[in-house]
Amino acid sequence: MKAKLASFVASFGLPRLIITGFLLALFILAPIVGVDLPMQITNVINRFSWNAILVLAMVPMVHSGCGLNFGLPLGIISGLLGATLSLEFGFTGPMSFVMAVVISTPFALVLGMGYGALLNRIKGGEMMIATYVGFSSVSFMCMMWLLLPYHKADMVWGLAGKGLRTTISLEGYYDKVLSNFLQINIGKISIPTGALLLFALLAVAMWAFLHTKTGTAMTAVGSNPTFAKAAGIKVDKIRMLSVVMSTWLAAIGILVYEQGFGFIQLYMAPFYMALPAVSAILIGGASVNKATIVNVILGTLLFQGIVTMTPTVMNSVIHTDMSEVIRVIASNGMILYALTRRSEVSR
Amino acid sequence: MSLLEMKNIRKDFFGNQVLTDINLTLEEGEVLGLVGENGAGKSTLMKILFGMDVIRDTGGYEGDILLNGQKVDFKTPFEALAAGIGMVHQEFSLIPGFTATENILLNREPRKKSVISEVFGERLDVLNRKEMTRKSEEAIRKMGVHIDGDMVIHDMPVGHKQFTEIARELSKDQLKLLILDEPTAVLTEKEAEALLASIRGMAAQGIAVIFITHRLQEILDVCDKVVIMRDGCVVKDVPSGETDIPEITRLMVGRQMSSVLQTEIRDNPDAPIAMSIRKLWVDMPGETVRNVNLDVREGEILGIGGLAGQGKLGIPNGIMGLYDAGGEVTLRGEKIPLNSPRECLNASMAFVSEDRRGVGLLLDETLEWNIAFPAMQIQNKFLKNYLGGLIKWRDEKAIREITQWYIDELAIKCTSSRQKAKELSGGNQQKVCLAKAFALEPGFLFVSEPTRGIDVGAKSLVLNALKRFNRKSGVTIVMISSELEELRQTCDRIAIVSGGRVAGILPASESAEQFGLLMISQVK
Amino acid sequence: MSGKQQNAGKTAFTFLRNNTVPLMFILICAVCIPISGFSPSYLLNEIITRLGRNAFLILSLLIPIMAGMGLNFGMTLGAMAGELALIFVSDWQIWGIPGVVLAMIVSIPFSVLLGWVCGKILNMAKGREMITSYIISFFINGIYQLIVLYLMGSVIPIAHSSIKLPRGYGIRNTVSLLNMRQCIDNLLAVRIAGVKIPVLTLLIIALMCILIVWFRRTKLGQDMRAVGQDIQVARDAGINVERTRIISIIISTVLAGFGMILYLQNIGNLSTYSAHSQVGMFCIAALLVGGASVDHASIGNVFLGVILFHTMFIVAPQAGAVITGDSMIGEYFRVFVSYGVITLALIMYEMKKRRQKANIGEQLALAQKEEEQHE
Repeated sequence: MKAKLASFVASFGLPRLIITGFLLALFILAPIVGVDLPMQITNVINRFSWNAILVLAMVPMVHSGCGLNFGLPLGIISGLLGATLSLEFGFTGPMSFVMAVVISTPFALVLGMGYGALLNRIKGGEMMIATYVGFSSVSFMCMMWLLLPYHKADMVWGLAGKGLRTTISLEGYYDKVLSNFLQINIGKISIPTGALLLFALLAVAMWAFLHTKTGTAMTAVGSNPTFAKAAGIKVDKIRMLSVVMSTWLAAIGILVYEQGFGFIQLYMAPFYMALPAVSAILIGGASVNKATIVNVILGTLLFQGIVTMTPTVMNSVIHTDMSEVIRVIASNGMILYALTRRSEVSR
Repeated sequence: MSLLEMKNIRKDFFGNQVLTDINLTLEEGEVLGLVGENGAGKSTLMKILFGMDVIRDTGGYEGDILLNGQKVDFKTPFEALAAGIGMVHQEFSLIPGFTATENILLNREPRKKSVISEVFGERLDVLNRKEMTRKSEEAIRKMGVHIDGDMVIHDMPVGHKQFTEIARELSKDQLKLLILDEPTAVLTEKEAEALLASIRGMAAQGIAVIFITHRLQEILDVCDKVVIMRDGCVVKDVPSGETDIPEITRLMVGRQMSSVLQTEIRDNPDAPIAMSIRKLWVDMPGETVRNVNLDVREGEILGIGGLAGQGKLGIPNGIMGLYDAGGEVTLRGEKIPLNSPRECLNASMAFVSEDRRGVGLLLDETLEWNIAFPAMQIQNKFLKNYLGGLIKWRDEKAIREITQWYIDELAIKCTSSRQKAKELSGGNQQKVCLAKAFALEPGFLFVSEPTRGIDVGAKSLVLNALKRFNRKSGVTIVMISSELEELRQTCDRIAIVSGGRVAGILPASESAEQFGLLMISQVK
Repeated sequence: MSGKQQNAGKTAFTFLRNNTVPLMFILICAVCIPISGFSPSYLLNEIITRLGRNAFLILSLLIPIMAGMGLNFGMTLGAMAGELALIFVSDWQIWGIPGVVLAMIVSIPFSVLLGWVCGKILNMAKGREMITSYIISFFINGIYQLIVLYLMGSVIPIAHSSIKLPRGYGIRNTVSLLNMRQCIDNLLAVRIAGVKIPVLTLLIIALMCILIVWFRRTKLGQDMRAVGQDIQVARDAGINVERTRIISIIISTVLAGFGMILYLQNIGNLSTYSAHSQVGMFCIAALLVGGASVDHASIGNVFLGVILFHTMFIVAPQAGAVITGDSMIGEYFRVFVSYGVITLALIMYEMKKRRQKANIGEQLALAQKEEEQHE
């Protein structure tokens, strides 16, 4: 029994166990200290629906052996370009969301291809360079948001009449378009069906892709690139495909995030967006070279659960908000844990 | 009293006997030449003497080693070094950005004490550069071959790197016995001569040398006595004046013919040429070949043999696109583009790599994936087409069936077809690699070192499976192996690669001595 | 003759390739300085101030590079240790040079502990030290916040309410270091043609440089260079690789702690929760601008880097404002350049590693051709 427990801990990972245990404790504590549980559950589900696609974006690159996509901001920028252009072109309501998706797609493809080509030339150093590609592109876009000729009055600084604002309200555009679609209310709990459906659709598509010929090749490339090369796979092409997929999913992910949040955040906002997504998928049980859809769902739920539950519950218990600190320690601790594991292949 | 005495040394790796009752003696200032085929047990013997970790990790050894009459049992190479044994390995152990002097005295640098180091510990002693130069010059002088002590290693010709390593051993004051493992392999002819002269010089100063090489003339030139090993036994221990190259060769490779199970050999000179290789060069580290010209006949099993590091592995790896290659390869009249595994596989060729874990298998995936993957990717097998072929869905059922079929056919021992490849034993992993290639239903098959690292029972199973595959379906096979005996058992003709080129092709029925002579003919 | 020219061309090309980043920066500065319209003495003053402020911090990066552990993004840990020490010292109300010296002494145990933890973790993540040290800096930042924001004043005694948050525990967002502001810079300072030269600070930096040069010649320094170039060979030679790597990180962390204290005494106040967050990035960018790479850095790189990088930093906002009429452009531009430089340096490093492997095939084909000609 003891040995069984030990092996379970070893395979599940101690940090993961602590985080899961912590979340469970929060749920148990919540009603005791008088926190409105249904409201909290609604929050968790909502935040899950905002973030899940960003976490899903990690999957293809992990599968192809490119590691965790710390360059997620690049995809987010494609999404932001799509969002701002859609608004600039005068689309409103649900149509503005559709157009944002449509417009951001070519950006995601082009940026993803460039990014993929770069990663193919620096195999082995992907994660560090991905991080800094993300940073450079965000800071580059900071200049562009100011310089690009946007004119829509809702988006630019009122006085100057040019340069995009740091936050742009989506009211009248696609604020909550997905969340309100087919929304279900059970008592105090409300479920953002549309957003969940979109995630489900993409997750199923990803699952299906991994069952096709190309998807199989992608997993093989990640598992052993030399094996794949010897089996006639064009390794660079597959890696490139995975990077493009990841970048596109990040673009869609940020659009879904914005519709839930209600605002477009520009400038430095995308800067650290990769880290929550990375730690979420790791908390869900993924490693640097293996990830499944289940990891995505579980990880996003756990991560967002902690993010939403800690402030309220902790506040009620010790009357201070330590949530930020706990989030920083837990999420980065999780990433550290994953980085220091020897990769699972026993080569 | 002898300097070194090894008595009844025995060693097995997990039940696989690799050394049997080895007895050896060595006097001060004596030079001993150690020869034998790859796998004869030379390196294992030296590893035991040098106290390498791998020996203890695999259960230690039996027998006694006596140094100056004292029984010794080294736990680490450092203990061996302290006792006066030095070893120059085949792979360089040098810091590329350091000078020769810095490398010679690596981690044994003379230092100067200072106030700071008195307080914070001796690692803050300043290096005594002057003394370092003096010591390294002394060692270089002892060696008798001049190298520039201030030259940085990565700017050096390869021979000088070798000399730097030797000088490092000579700079150790306690050195009594020096082991040189194929030191001349990377040297030019001139450098090799200089080294031989320096070995004589060392012996004159009372240092005993164990000299391992495949160049037999060198052995006769420089050694006092020759020890010939085969299959983990010493077959002869003789003063070098009393033997000659043909005898040594015979002893190295020779076996009683009766012990070899000769299966049917076909030598059909009229058969059409299946593959023709012209002017092939391959850049495979440690196994480079150049100017390879070779014709493979339709339906035969062609063996490629030769000593390790001579380039035989480069041929299949280069043709199949795993390493950079140039030249011309045609398969049944069609030119095969090099450096493209895909084109080779499309041309119905298949390859079982010698590097099972690195190239041959997806260790973290199931047997099903391992066996079906190439056939799925190359020939669209085991796929279900939807939407007019737009979606190619993995057909798990077909994959399971084919895997199960091969599990039965090749008697692969596993818990199920969904077991992960890394959990199988070496022999069974090898069978999975074969199944992977068979599943491609190739018209031409390269098999590289099919029996490396697997036990005797599994060996014959694998070889039989190959032979059966060839004889049943008429598929042309090129089999590369370091073990001459298994080539002679399995193949129709055998080409020997030596010194990075094809030294000759003989029918498998030819005597072992003939092959042996080819093997060492151009060794460098 | 033509061969010579070709050779010269090749050398020039290699020089350009190896010095892309500094040359690029010289160009940026050359363009921006006239546009910005700053007076030379103002510029010189600023550059010398920033040299004194930053050089020590950047020097702390040299030793891990020597030990083959790449750019130490974990130097932030040292910065945090320095800040902790300053918080204590200002709580004890010890000011001026004694305060600075005491802070340095107090920072040592924190730095050693953090450096040891960092080194241990990096030994578990060989081959991906940089991304790991980068994440460590975030992780430890969380712990730092936990200590400073919640434990100080509640568990760890803090006497003076002036640095405490009104709620009674936790440290304020800004801790004033007014009483030790520039105490080192001003001692022995001289003014030459309106340019203030902080002689003592520069002396300390010079002393540090001498120490680094000396350190390279010690046994430990030699071991670090060996470990940095080939871990396996070093281990075979009997060098304790893991310990050597940990020591290199500890030294770097301690130096970064000192550097941070010098930096903050120049600034004159401590932004408790953000002072360290950017410091690693700016120091690394400056070092790379000076021509260093992931596996090679010299003292010369440090000074060239500080001067070029900070010149750009001073002139970019003004130049941007002149060109586009928007001062924010220049601000963003310099942030972009900082990240861009690090990205570029990382890419060049990885590509260099691959280029070295690519040549052997060509040589082989050449050898074969030569042989054919002989036959």
